[in-house]
Amino acid sequence: MNMIEAINSAMDVALARDSNVTILGEDVGFFGGVFRATAGLQAKHGKTRVFDTPITECGIIGVAVGMAAYGLRPVPEIQFADYIYPALDQLVSEAARLRYRSAGEFPMPITVRSPFGGGIFGGQTHSQSPEGIFTHVSGLKTVVPSNPYDAKGLLLASIEDNDPTIFFEPKRIYNGPFDGHYDRPVSPWAKHEGSEVPEGYYTVPLGKAAIVRAGADVTILTYGTMVHVARAAVEELGVDAEVIDLRTLVPLDIETIEASVKKTGRCLIVHEATRTSGFGAELAAMVQERCFYHLEAPVERVTGFDTPYPHSLEWAYFPGPIRIGMALEKVMKD
Amino acid sequence: MAEGRAGLHVPEPVSRPGFEWDFSSVPIPAAGLVDRPPTNVAADEIRDFPFKLIRVLDDDGRAVGSWNPDLAVETLIEGLRAMMLTRAYDSRMVRMQRQGKTSFYMKSTGEEAVAVAAAMALERGDMCFPTYRQQGLLIARNWPLVDMMNQVYSNSGDRLKGRQMPVFYSSREAGFFSISGNLGTQYVQAVGWAMASASDGDRRIAAAWIGEGATAEGDFHYALTFASIYQAPVILNIVNNQWAISSFSGVAGGERTTFAARGLGYGIPALRVDGNDFLAVFAVTSWAAERARRGGGPTVIEHFTYRAEGHSTSDDPGKYRPRDEAAGWPLGDPISRLKAHLINGGQWSEVEHLAMQKAAEATVREADKEAESYGTLTGGGRPDPSTMFDDVYKEMPENLRAQRAQAML
Repeated sequence: MNMIEAINSAMDVALARDSNVTILGEDVGFFGGVFRATAGLQAKHGKTRVFDTPITECGIIGVAVGMAAYGLRPVPEIQFADYIYPALDQLVSEAARLRYRSAGEFPMPITVRSPFGGGIFGGQTHSQSPEGIFTHVSGLKTVVPSNPYDAKGLLLASIEDNDPTIFFEPKRIYNGPFDGHYDRPVSPWAKHEGSEVPEGYYTVPLGKAAIVRAGADVTILTYGTMVHVARAAVEELGVDAEVIDLRTLVPLDIETIEASVKKTGRCLIVHEATRTSGFGAELAAMVQERCFYHLEAPVERVTGFDTPYPHSLEWAYFPGPIRIGMALEKVMKD
Repeated sequence: MAEGRAGLHVPEPVSRPGFEWDFSSVPIPAAGLVDRPPTNVAADEIRDFPFKLIRVLDDDGRAVGSWNPDLAVETLIEGLRAMMLTRAYDSRMVRMQRQGKTSFYMKSTGEEAVAVAAAMALERGDMCFPTYRQQGLLIARNWPLVDMMNQVYSNSGDRLKGRQMPVFYSSREAGFFSISGNLGTQYVQAVGWAMASASDGDRRIAAAWIGEGATAEGDFHYALTFASIYQAPVILNIVNNQWAISSFSGVAGGERTTFAARGLGYGIPALRVDGNDFLAVFAVTSWAAERARRGGGPTVIEHFTYRAEGHSTSDDPGKYRPRDEAAGWPLGDPISRLKAHLINGGQWSEVEHLAMQKAAEATVREADKEAESYGTLTGGGRPDPSTMFDDVYKEMPENLRAQRAQAML
């Protein structure tokens, strides 16, 4: 399966397993979603389980909060992560806090799916990576898969989870992994690991990172599309890096990160999102706090620049193999 | 329209401090004039209702017209009791705030009927999505005052463990959804709850409340949009008490139309009711509930009332409106009007009323005594600080466990 098929399969399985699972969002019903993630689900599970909503992100999340208060398990879709901002009040002030403020009377088992990330000439409003906004909110979980197998397993785990989860899907890798070489054709998922996806039910636990490449010299902390870009860069440069796909940003697999950095003594953080106050800052601070005496060089970050995501200048903006290479060189030098 | 150039119109209330109150521009039609349509009426057949005012109790306390819900005297006395208890509770809690036993309080004085009559017209299983000024819902549902006070005091008995500001109650058991400080958010949530209930084939309905000030929030629009599209079984109450802190209703858009009329553009039937008339509020809520339960979809109800006291204990209304404006409110006081109705019908007396007043005060006093034995914000029992880290998530993640360990040093 490619990543879209895996995500579709996860929702199909969830709808069949639990009658409380309800999917709602713009164009998710009859049409099956602008990325086809919900294709066929309405026909199979019915209009009251999978339905189209008006174009109002705050309304979609607000309604999902009410549905969860009733006892359903809503899986709302926000068409692009760039359009999640109108829903911030309902996500931050309500979904994230309801369990806490009601002392457990109103748990919020909501999974917000949203395509995110750049690399597709999406310009300013079809490319953003706003995960740092959500990792800053107590009460929310934030998940970013990087391959079809994880996407399905993590999505099923998120839907089953009893806390509100922001599930960001890197749309650049919906159809195949992207190594950052924008001038080369992308091969489909079928030719890559992670594309063998069981038809039925399974989960990938939240809060567990994956070591996608074991190495001894430097730890690379990354997630989403950048997992593939970083891995490719490492192979091309011949660096013995340990590449960790975080998979879940909150809750974070601190143990895996700490063990790896203590082993390698060096750490590079890679994400597409803008730099200042991005999730990389939290990772860098945490590594510094926990691994200070094991570090042989300052923690490096390769990220998007602190600008809005530009259209024609996409490849100058995107933190691709060249910038990763330069950072690796720097972190390995000392 | 005046000749000349366009200028920015900034709404201004009729009276400000230092001037006489003036409600002469508020049209108050007589009671009994509006006919009660059947609950299956088509929305477009009652398009003029948002511009009427449904009133049952006339100036002499008689119940008149087709909206009279013909309630049993026991129900009326129960309503009176719950409203008086709400007022006595409010009064006591403000006194305790002034004594420094809690940080904050918000009264619902003058608006007791809006919550109490609605609660009594709904079924216990119906889920209420209140604002911070519908404490009457809990009281009418006989929720223990001690539990409410424990929340106000953030004491060791507070089920919300000292996490929420006073009056931000939550009681799933009483069908009272957790109150948020963020205005309007509960309005669209109520619609989602109602959609879930409908999709589940449940007969329970949802009811939401919002102040006229917060109708300006986007969530108001989202709620009406979703309610209309999916024909959700929900009652969308707008409590127009004329004031949003210091801003009069004109600043919320009330100068040129009614708040009920906002329902029209969404194709939702909308009623406008005398919010200080217990019988009228009961009647319109029953009407909307029956309509929703029968699959007739949502109803918007504007409760026309007046916020008789300050916005909160942090507010001094004498700074922005005439100090005695409440006394001039042409729809009077909900408790006095129900009392007059009962006395007028020979079903109540000044003696009984005084006894009920004393009983309410005693009930509140007794409850307060018990609540204070569990502590107040400034003394006695408090929630265990280690519980501060609970319920952020179902299971506590490692970072919170570490922070809890730090907090406990």
